Amino acid sequence: MDGFLLQIFSGLANGSIYAAVGLALVMIYQSTHHINFAQGEMATFATFIAWSLIENGMSYWLAFFLTVGIAFVGGLVVQRIFIRPVERAPILNNVIVFVGLLVIFNAMSGWIFDHTVKAFASPFPTVSAVFPKYISGHQLGSLGVTLAVLLVVYLFFRYTPIGLAMRAAAQNPDSASLVGIRVSWMLALGWGLASAIGAVAGMMMAPVMFLDPNLMAGILLYGFAAALLGGIDNPWGAVIGGFIVGVLENILGAYVIGSDLKLTVALVLIVGTLTLKPNGLFGRRVITRV
Amino acid sequence: MNLLEVKNLNAWYGATQALFDVSFDLKQGGITTILGANGAGKTTTLRSMCQTVKTSGEVVFLGDRISGLATDKIVRMGMAHVPDGRGTFTDLTVEENLRLGAYSRKDKDAVSEDIEGVFEHFPRLKERLYQQAGTLSGGEQQMLAISRALMLRPKLLLLDEPSFGLAPLIVQEIFEIMRNINKTNGVSMLLVEQNASLALNLADHAYLLETGNVVLSGPAKDIRSDESVRRTYLGY
Amino acid sequence: MKIRTLTLIIVALAVLVLPWLLTNFRVFQLNLMIVYAIAVLGLNLLTGYGGQISLGHGAFYAIGAYTAAVLMDQASFSAYATIPFAAVVCFAAGVLMGFPALRLGGHYLALATFALAMAVPQLLKYKGIEAYTGGVQGIVLSKPEPLFELEFLGQRLSEDRWMFYFLLIVAVVMFWLAKNLINSRMGRAIVAIRDQPIAASALGVQLATVKTLTFGISAAYTGVAGALGAIAVAYVAPDSFHSFLSISFLVGAVVGGLGSIPGALFGAAFIQFIPNIADEISKSAPWAVYGAILIALIYVAPGGVMGMLNKLKKGDAK
Repeated sequence: MDGFLLQIFSGLANGSIYAAVGLALVMIYQSTHHINFAQGEMATFATFIAWSLIENGMSYWLAFFLTVGIAFVGGLVVQRIFIRPVERAPILNNVIVFVGLLVIFNAMSGWIFDHTVKAFASPFPTVSAVFPKYISGHQLGSLGVTLAVLLVVYLFFRYTPIGLAMRAAAQNPDSASLVGIRVSWMLALGWGLASAIGAVAGMMMAPVMFLDPNLMAGILLYGFAAALLGGIDNPWGAVIGGFIVGVLENILGAYVIGSDLKLTVALVLIVGTLTLKPNGLFGRRVITRV
Repeated sequence: MNLLEVKNLNAWYGATQALFDVSFDLKQGGITTILGANGAGKTTTLRSMCQTVKTSGEVVFLGDRISGLATDKIVRMGMAHVPDGRGTFTDLTVEENLRLGAYSRKDKDAVSEDIEGVFEHFPRLKERLYQQAGTLSGGEQQMLAISRALMLRPKLLLLDEPSFGLAPLIVQEIFEIMRNINKTNGVSMLLVEQNASLALNLADHAYLLETGNVVLSGPAKDIRSDESVRRTYLGY
Repeated sequence: MKIRTLTLIIVALAVLVLPWLLTNFRVFQLNLMIVYAIAVLGLNLLTGYGGQISLGHGAFYAIGAYTAAVLMDQASFSAYATIPFAAVVCFAAGVLMGFPALRLGGHYLALATFALAMAVPQLLKYKGIEAYTGGVQGIVLSKPEPLFELEFLGQRLSEDRWMFYFLLIVAVVMFWLAKNLINSRMGRAIVAIRDQPIAASALGVQLATVKTLTFGISAAYTGVAGALGAIAVAYVAPDSFHSFLSISFLVGAVVGGLGSIPGALFGAAFIQFIPNIADEISKSAPWAVYGAILIALIYVAPGGVMGMLNKLKKGDAK
């Protein structure tokens, strides 16, 4: 029973990170109908930036917020420069640009920060204040941070005029420009936000997985699975999907197939959801059949 | 100064040309209607005002050239467009749709005042304020679309086939309200309609389009009463 | 004699003499380039002609490679005999992947194949099948020996030079088959489905069958390349089939020109030789270069090298 609870809590902690990545993916998908394959590598790169800030003496939380800001601006700039020109191009061209970005960010991480594995600090105490038997201090802290981020994003979209404008631009870009919204800037903002969320996910993951250029590659896959499971057009579905995937991963890993095949689990989840329940658990839009 | 001046407007969808040297003027305060059969170019004309299609020629709005400007910029200059198909944000609530209509306004305090004004014209929207726009009936969505456009406090309101797909009683109701809006708010209107008799009853001036060319223009009253014109061009 | 035929004969002779003019190591690199050309051709059939985006062809390459390696290591197959087996196994794998792919388009297919590309290396390390796959260490093979001795221009007929001619024959056959496929009814069906699926279906094209078969054939091509690669390198290990291998193939297909058969050669040359040059700058540099070139091509020359050559040809004709 103890071991089981341990897996559940650990699964929830990991799940919160998959939820964040899944949310970032859905945000970009909702507004552009594109899947950002480069999401993971951008998050890794941001985490490296945080690492080097801390290495150079900055306090953790200052580095944290500064990195989130840099990631936001970075995401915005990437959309303006690289994504906008191919907005109306065929899907294949878009996918190739995303893959190109994936590769460039990964290469930059390796080039600038080299490939040796680095330790990344956790700002949380080692022992958790709550349920210390089942969850570590860092896991509790990262759960708290990601939930806080998700809450802020929710409030932003629900109650601010810009949040409303972004939702409108994502749902119906033509009508949005007819009420005076600069749709293409809304897309850029969406990218900035998604990038910032990814950075948070990376910084929460790094203390556990250690920091090297391949940090987020596997996480990206889980983020995809979470987003698909929740319904690719439903941001809150992605969040719930993330927690489900996190817990499932741990339970299956501990009791069924061992921890070696985790990526295969992600693959099966992805292909399975796409073929058996393409709308996910909570989605509404039907995925276009070719 | 004329509200709107259009000179030698040509418009294309890709390589297909839809409008050929269309010219007309709108005076402030009036209601003008553009009539014509399916495919005559009526919707294209409205889209050319907002620059959502490729155009050449001159469009001048309140003295400023707007040809080649971005749609959102033109909207912010005071031109509101109720597109064909209504264009409501179906996944958002009625209230959110209205708030979005006022998105570009700087005078945020007057917005709630204007929402109240909208309710006076369309009381049904008040009842459905927090409902999802997609669940409203066709008529109510049309009311919402017009209200959203009014939230801009526009100087010119473009309406694309507001009667489309609606029951005759609702259409009468909406057209009456539009006449009201024109009188009380002083909003000028450019109305595109397939239903010629309805439009001619409401408008002051009318233009008739045939395959992208203006073939007839004159005061609505005269066209309405000229039987031969009506029979030849408007089918009634 | 026509100029064209004469040029072809000269080129053919040059190619045949080539291994004797280069060092062994360079011949080895050329071998890999030929292998990649076949792999990229496979991807091109699916993505360029068929319009189905695959970010996971590295997985089929790996399956082909491991099929050959396991057969040679555990069942004492000769290298040449493994090729048809690799083709069949990968064809089956491709058809298997083709079924879920029927429902997916664009991003979703790219996503699913990307997941495949990431899962396969981990799968290959799985302890449960270690007895066959050699786990993390992989399998060491020996290169096939030349069947006779020969000296020419001061060089001897090494394993690599022998391999070169074998690969050349296989490549010529595969390219010739691909060309015939594209020009056949099936080939036209494949392209019709890419461009106008509804119209194609209305005209009687069996969408599901053609699409699944295309996946199978494409996977078979890349799988054969994998098997050939395993033999040419004489070694397979899970980490050689990292997800980025799939991206390399995509780069090769885009650089050469999607929807072009000869383009696969240019693409393969690119992905084989650019890393060597870029490596001098930094370990990560090849990938930065790939990424930058990939993006630049999409903006500037989406038709790749063949696209640019065709434009030049048309410009000349004017």
